[in-house]
Amino acid sequence: MDHSMEQAVEQVHQAADTVVAAAAHAPDLHYAIWLLLFPLIGVVFNGLILRKNIPEKMTGWLGSFMIIASFAVAVKLFFELLKLDPHLRAIDVTFFQWLHVGSLQIDFAFLIDPLSVVMILVVTGISSLIHIYSIGYMHDDPRFRVFFTYMNLFVFFMLLLVLGNSYPVMFIGWEGVGLASYLLIGFWWEDMAKATAGMKAFVVNRIGDFGVLIAMFLMFSHLGTLTFSEVFPAAANAWSNDINNGVVIAIGLMLLLGAAGKSAQFPLYVWLPDAMAGPTPVSALIHAATMVTAGVYMLARSNMFYMLAPTAAYVVAMVGAVTALFAATIGLRQNDIKKVLAYSTVSQLGYMVMACGVYAFGAGIFHLMTHAFFKALLFLGSGAVIHTMHGGLHHINDHHTDPQDIRNMGGLRKKIPITYWTFLLATLAISGIPGFSGFFSKDEILAYSFMNFNSGGSILPYALGLIAAGITAFYMFRLVFLTFFGKYKGPEGSEEGLHESPGTMTIPLIVLAILSVVGGWIGLPAVFGEHLNKFAGWLDPVFHPGFEAVRYHPEHLAVPMEWALIAVAVTVSLIGIILAWNFYMKQKRQAIPDDQQSGFGKVLWQKYYVDEIYDAGVIRPLINTCHFLWKQFDEKVIDGGMVHGTARTVRWGGGVLRTLQGGVVGSYAVMMVIGVIVILLSLYIR
Amino acid sequence: MEMTLGLNHYLILAAIMFCIGMVGVLTRRNILIIFMSVELMLNSANMTFIAFSHYLMNPEGMVFTFFTLTVAAAEVGVGLAIVVTIFRKTESLDIRKLNLLKN
Amino acid sequence: MDAQTIVFAILALVSLFSGIMVVTRKNPVYSILFLVLTFFCYAGFYVLLGATFLAAIQIMVYAGAIMVLFLFVVMMLNLREPEKMEGGASFFQTLGFIVAGGFALVLMAFFAGNPGPGVPTYPPGAAAYAMGDTKELGMVLFTDYVFPFEIAGILLLAAVIGAVALAKRNRA
Repeated sequence: MDHSMEQAVEQVHQAADTVVAAAAHAPDLHYAIWLLLFPLIGVVFNGLILRKNIPEKMTGWLGSFMIIASFAVAVKLFFELLKLDPHLRAIDVTFFQWLHVGSLQIDFAFLIDPLSVVMILVVTGISSLIHIYSIGYMHDDPRFRVFFTYMNLFVFFMLLLVLGNSYPVMFIGWEGVGLASYLLIGFWWEDMAKATAGMKAFVVNRIGDFGVLIAMFLMFSHLGTLTFSEVFPAAANAWSNDINNGVVIAIGLMLLLGAAGKSAQFPLYVWLPDAMAGPTPVSALIHAATMVTAGVYMLARSNMFYMLAPTAAYVVAMVGAVTALFAATIGLRQNDIKKVLAYSTVSQLGYMVMACGVYAFGAGIFHLMTHAFFKALLFLGSGAVIHTMHGGLHHINDHHTDPQDIRNMGGLRKKIPITYWTFLLATLAISGIPGFSGFFSKDEILAYSFMNFNSGGSILPYALGLIAAGITAFYMFRLVFLTFFGKYKGPEGSEEGLHESPGTMTIPLIVLAILSVVGGWIGLPAVFGEHLNKFAGWLDPVFHPGFEAVRYHPEHLAVPMEWALIAVAVTVSLIGIILAWNFYMKQKRQAIPDDQQSGFGKVLWQKYYVDEIYDAGVIRPLINTCHFLWKQFDEKVIDGGMVHGTARTVRWGGGVLRTLQGGVVGSYAVMMVIGVIVILLSLYIR
Repeated sequence: MEMTLGLNHYLILAAIMFCIGMVGVLTRRNILIIFMSVELMLNSANMTFIAFSHYLMNPEGMVFTFFTLTVAAAEVGVGLAIVVTIFRKTESLDIRKLNLLKN
Repeated sequence: MDAQTIVFAILALVSLFSGIMVVTRKNPVYSILFLVLTFFCYAGFYVLLGATFLAAIQIMVYAGAIMVLFLFVVMMLNLREPEKMEGGASFFQTLGFIVAGGFALVLMAFFAGNPGPGVPTYPPGAAAYAMGDTKELGMVLFTDYVFPFEIAGILLLAAVIGAVALAKRNRA
């Protein structure tokens, strides 16, 4: 008896020693704060200290170098983690106590783990390139300095979002990203439509924020903590003890609402296409590398909830799949080069969310990364195209023709070869052509959703995802064919003004093109070998606890089956490309002018009338209600009854009380004695 | 029951004197008389202190009275100076004419 | 009825009468004289309560200094005859009378009830009488209360300066 007790105590001590030893071996990562400080220095210098007469070049390079410095820190962190044992790769770095109220203990702290390191590498890496590109693109803008201030601010908040070790710290970044995106989308606020687009993004994001807040409230009230390292075990514990199951599902769904707002999922995706109103580098930054990935990041970070609650996971998978297909179909009929890319972003984000719903969190993050490469490239490429078109139209002093409309382009292949080739590589990547990065990540997601179907899940995510893949290939190649092939369709004479963009713009394009091609090779499918998927192995420690909690071990597919899936996916993509080639190259079809839209095509062109439905179903009633409240309640009851009524009551009361304030000292003495009597009586009565 | 001089006798007398002083303060218009009434009230309070001090065998009440006396002396000094100033300004001792607070 | 009670009864009657006279006289000079009488009665009460030192102070400070000050002021103001105050009793004068009466009732209500715990009604012993003499009071005043004593001195100094500053004629 005694002996066994001693043994147990000994075991506990050993376990404690291991923990202490592990903590002692953990490197000091406090320098991670520089990740945030560099962009912040950029904000302070560009936004507050430097004045207008500073040359553009200096401002731009200052902003860019700050992000590059952050990237260097991120790389250092990556190698630091690489040195550690995989199961020790989760380090909390506390900087200061933030909120310690009762049982609520929130520190301002980072969580450095494989997931957050991937995110910071993507965010800082892509942002660096976009910053450099912006130096060329934003050349001669009157608010050049402000632009770089906002961009640095944006990166600052995004890094805070992915580094925070608890939901509240993440939420600061979450809200800050919303603010920065509002500032950037509405950057050219002189144009009313652009200012409205910024507003729309902000308001729609608020709906998602509401979901995140509710999720946090639920976590705190039922699980008692908000820190990542504590809340997930608490959730698993609650679930295994069969308490608060409904709450776990509710948290999962509320987080999904938040993710739908930030990551532009159905039905909250409407802000993203409009957000194209911002300068093109902003589109690339927000819609490729950073903001929209926040929702996916949060879903992956909260994987425990979805592992525990299959219901919530299924909803996530369906939202993602539906968004992927829905946005892809809209993309078929858009004529604005940036709108096409916007809907393709929504569609690709659908894939990532779907991945989180079929327990393929690693694959979702993998697609997030490859998508960041090729979508940033596509946006920057489209920016270069617009820049070129702008130059051409400027050449003949045409300020009415839309430089973003693909119906005015065509044959640009010869004029701007670098842009053309890089754009083509990105298109091949997004279409899922084997060898390019998008192929590997998309294939992994589809494989996982099929695996999920194999283990008793629904076939719908896989089916919808597959169809969307084909449509994606089609509309992306439609875009390429109409923009770069055929005859130039712009106004006469403008052709002479078309020139390749400056080096600050083309060099980021080339770097991103290389990444778009090779970026997927770190995550080779299982058919090539068990441990070749370095990326999944790297992220495994993050998602391992979730899989362990529910003892979920999806059956790996047989090798022939996997080959078959790859073959199907590639075939569908190729069909899409061949159809596009057939329509737009062989038959030389053109994009349809606005006044000849008809049938279902018109519905697609009008984006399923979703904005109109929201307008009629939500916004109009809201405005009418507000108008009613304004006229009937505010003006009559509040203004008439309460505001003026209060004034009238006060004036009347003042008139009565004025007689007491006669200024005669004696009257004050009487009042005083009355007060004393009241006090004495109250003592006596008590 | 034999009538013995108790604490209550002093307290009741002091209370009555206090109220007489209060009537003077509240009803008279002559500043000087109001002043004297205040002195009356102050003395009644002093008497209460001393009576308690005596019956509770605690010297602190008397010490307190000593300080009250000091304060009263100071108050009378300053107060009468104010009365003199007021009289020089208004040629009257009527408190109702002192309604500058009204504005 | 012992001698103490008789003395108390006489002093009480005189002080009540003179108190009423203080607040009712038209001419301030009469008020002052009655106030002096009241203060003498108070000094008598203090003696009965064993506070001999305070009784002496009462006569010296109040009946002596303060009342003389009042008389000086009255003479300085040169009020040959009581000032005629125009206007009848104001609303506040009537109210003041009622309020003071109410106050008296409230105080009496306290006494009508139980004297309360810890309040003795029996005559205290000889020690209580010794407590109030000059020596005993001085011991307390100059040991435990020496700091307030000094403060009181400064207060008087301030009052002197204040009074002089207020009363001096402004010579522009």
